Amino acid sequence: MMKEHCNILVIDDEQVIIDSISKIASLEELTVDSSLPGKVAFEKISAKDYDLIICDIMLLEMDGFQILNELVKRNVDTPVIMTTGYSTIENAVKSLYLGAIDFIPKPFTIDEMISLIHRAMRYSKLLEAKKKNVESVLLVPCPSKYYRLGYSCWMNKELDGSVFIGASDFFVKTVEPIKLVELLNTGEILTQASPCAKFRTDDELAHPLYSVLSGNIIERNEKVIEQPELLEKDPYFDGWLYRIIPTEFDYEMKILIPCSSDRS
Amino acid sequence: MFRKIGTKLILVVSVTAVIIIGVFSYFNIERQTEVLRAEVQRHANQLSESVKNATRFAMLKNDRDYIQQIIDRIGKDPAINDVKIMNKEGEIIYSSRPGNMGKMLDKQAESCYACHAANRPLEKLSMKNRTRIFTANPDSAQVLGIINPIYNEPSCSESDCHAHEPSAKVLGVLDVTFSLKDIEKQIQSNEIQGAVLAVVAIVAIGFIIGFFVKRYVDQPVKELVNATEQVAAGNINYKITNLGKDELGKLGRSFNDMTKKLDETSQQLYQSTKMASLGQLAAGVAHEINNPLTGVLTYSSFLLKRTKDNPQMQEDLNVIVRETMRSREIVKGLLDFARQSVPKKSLCNINEILDRAIAVVANQVKLNRITIERINDPELPEITADANQIQQVFLNLFVNGIDAIGQDGKIQVRTSHTSLSPRGITQIKNAVCGKTHSLIDPQHKIGGMSSIKMKIKSNGNEGFVYLDPIYGNHRHYFGINLDKGSSNNLSCPTCDMSLIDKTAKCPECGGPVYKIPVPNQGFIEGCASFKDIWQRWGYVDAAGEKKFVEIDITDNGCGIPTENLSKIFEPFFSTKGQRGTGLGLSVIWGIIDNHNGVISVQSEVGNLPAGKAGGTTFSIRLPQGNTKAFV
Repeated sequence: MMKEHCNILVIDDEQVIIDSISKIASLEELTVDSSLPGKVAFEKISAKDYDLIICDIMLLEMDGFQILNELVKRNVDTPVIMTTGYSTIENAVKSLYLGAIDFIPKPFTIDEMISLIHRAMRYSKLLEAKKKNVESVLLVPCPSKYYRLGYSCWMNKELDGSVFIGASDFFVKTVEPIKLVELLNTGEILTQASPCAKFRTDDELAHPLYSVLSGNIIERNEKVIEQPELLEKDPYFDGWLYRIIPTEFDYEMKILIPCSSDRS
Repeated sequence: MFRKIGTKLILVVSVTAVIIIGVFSYFNIERQTEVLRAEVQRHANQLSESVKNATRFAMLKNDRDYIQQIIDRIGKDPAINDVKIMNKEGEIIYSSRPGNMGKMLDKQAESCYACHAANRPLEKLSMKNRTRIFTANPDSAQVLGIINPIYNEPSCSESDCHAHEPSAKVLGVLDVTFSLKDIEKQIQSNEIQGAVLAVVAIVAIGFIIGFFVKRYVDQPVKELVNATEQVAAGNINYKITNLGKDELGKLGRSFNDMTKKLDETSQQLYQSTKMASLGQLAAGVAHEINNPLTGVLTYSSFLLKRTKDNPQMQEDLNVIVRETMRSREIVKGLLDFARQSVPKKSLCNINEILDRAIAVVANQVKLNRITIERINDPELPEITADANQIQQVFLNLFVNGIDAIGQDGKIQVRTSHTSLSPRGITQIKNAVCGKTHSLIDPQHKIGGMSSIKMKIKSNGNEGFVYLDPIYGNHRHYFGINLDKGSSNNLSCPTCDMSLIDKTAKCPECGGPVYKIPVPNQGFIEGCASFKDIWQRWGYVDAAGEKKFVEIDITDNGCGIPTENLSKIFEPFFSTKGQRGTGLGLSVIWGIIDNHNGVISVQSEVGNLPAGKAGGTTFSIRLPQGNTKAFV
């Protein structure tokens, strides 16, 4: 039996957030369902087929992270985006570590939310296609010695201790075609799970990439700025974004996922 | 009353004085009496000899009247009780008291017994045996009698007047008795004098000891007790004054140091608790405000998209969107302030940031006729910092300076760079034993940082010592009662492997030395007896001094009263009344702290009517490198 389909499920205990997301989704002609946290949410998830779940972190009844854990436990592969009014680095890191595909701080602008929904919808479709082994979707595998934060940003440590950072093929495919790449300057400092680059697309949306590690930028790939298509062609080598000296390497490595685990 | 240490001391010393002086006086008086009596005895003997010699010739001549005359004459001396001569039959033949003449003495009488024991004829006797002290009548004074035997001599037996038999050895006895009235008086007065002296001495010693005990023990102890009570009652700033140089003085000084440290620690604790609660408050506010802000932002943006043909409405809606975005930044700033977010640091030039900050306040400065004087360090190195946050710090300080000056004044901005010893600012982040067990204990923090835990054995006690993780600082925590200076054994809490370097000696005290490996960074060494504060970390020392950039901002405004100086960095402390939020300087403090820097303030209050200018200097020190090894 085919489940009833709906695009987005919002789990929040604030009606204004649910209404806001509904409004934004209506601009993109997407359907939105909402639920209070707790059992009701899981019942809805099992009853309906959602493309995306947007979940608040600071909920009264049940912590957003608990919901995320529960979803992983129940083998729900619907992409989850975490949101909170208490936006700290720690919350962002924890969200991505626990399996959320993205993190958006409140209050968000319409454009921020739309770009996020766009990515998530693409993600959802890519996942579907991958499952069905659709040949038209060709994902470039992440090299096995690389590590990644969530699904979006990868890192590869060189012998001299410096680290290359870039965007994963999966992430690029959720935003392509990329019109413009905005990078930080050499000498600036990256913080893990904070935006480190912006990819602008033809539909006037800006997609932030969350940095995989914290560190000082010692070099940035000017070629990618000149030819954004490098990102799509060779995301793991020629399409690198930064070379950094990591500052908290050992600590931050703990929450990264080895790309070798993708091949199992 | 006897609970006081001073009273106890006085009592013990007084009792000792009473015993010593009493015994001494007793023996002294005894001795004096003895000497006096011996002297009297000797004197009596001499007199007796004199009488014998004086009457000798008359006796040879048998001139009885003459003898009687001499004896009468001598007997007139008031000190002499009686002078009498008895013949060998015991009859008194001469006496200075006529009534005694012709009396017979009983040789068996007790007083005569010494010489005439068992009818033995009187022979030579020692002076002691010849004298006797007795009381003639119960109500009269004591009397000392001395007998002097008159021996037979050839001149006596051969004299032609009257011949004693040559066989007779003793012809008679001269008995002189002295009244001891004067002597007794003197002895008595000696006794009284001695006793009075003893009492005076005891009382004097009591008073002297009492005075000094009161001065050197009682008062300081009282002051110490008072101080501890004051501190216990919460007056942590109480200081002990009038400190001597003795042990109690030292105790007082340590007490003052202790309360000072306690005060500093409690201040810091107070500040951090306040910051922590403010952080919680900010988190709560951020969470609660961001939800409605989301609604406002979404709906106004939504309307903006739907009213593209109505420019007037677009304009108004743009204001709503813009102001909501501003609110978003304010709430974000509040979260930043509550140190929930990390500054976005990059390499920046402090002189340039100062230029930008001064440009912002340029108009206000001109209006208030204030000049800004710049003393730039041309070789100021670039530092890693969040330029926006640092600019906010400078802006806030300039605005404060302008407020303090009012009209007409000067703000001086000076930049410089400096190097400081790594001691006191470098954190020991990693330490292991010989078997690479980590000694870092995140459970026990010193100054907010994980300490270095070691097992310690000292004088049979066993426990743990937690070393201060800041190299060169000594806020160690000892889990056991440690006898500083004793030989301690330090070892790894996991495998008990010794951390003592047996080949080294502390260069300060010669005691044992601990040597803890720091992976890839050499060794930390230090005095293991904790008697002194010697510590060495060759690796860090070799790296040389740490570099800092310093910024001093000085105004010649009204100044900050001393009592406010310690409070100005506290949240919600404001002297500006309605105009201030009391957050400015605490935000500055938070930002500088986030950059691992230090901000300090010096101020002098100006005496406005007299026209004497005061002034305030804020000094900021920021580390040149981006490392968390700074405090």
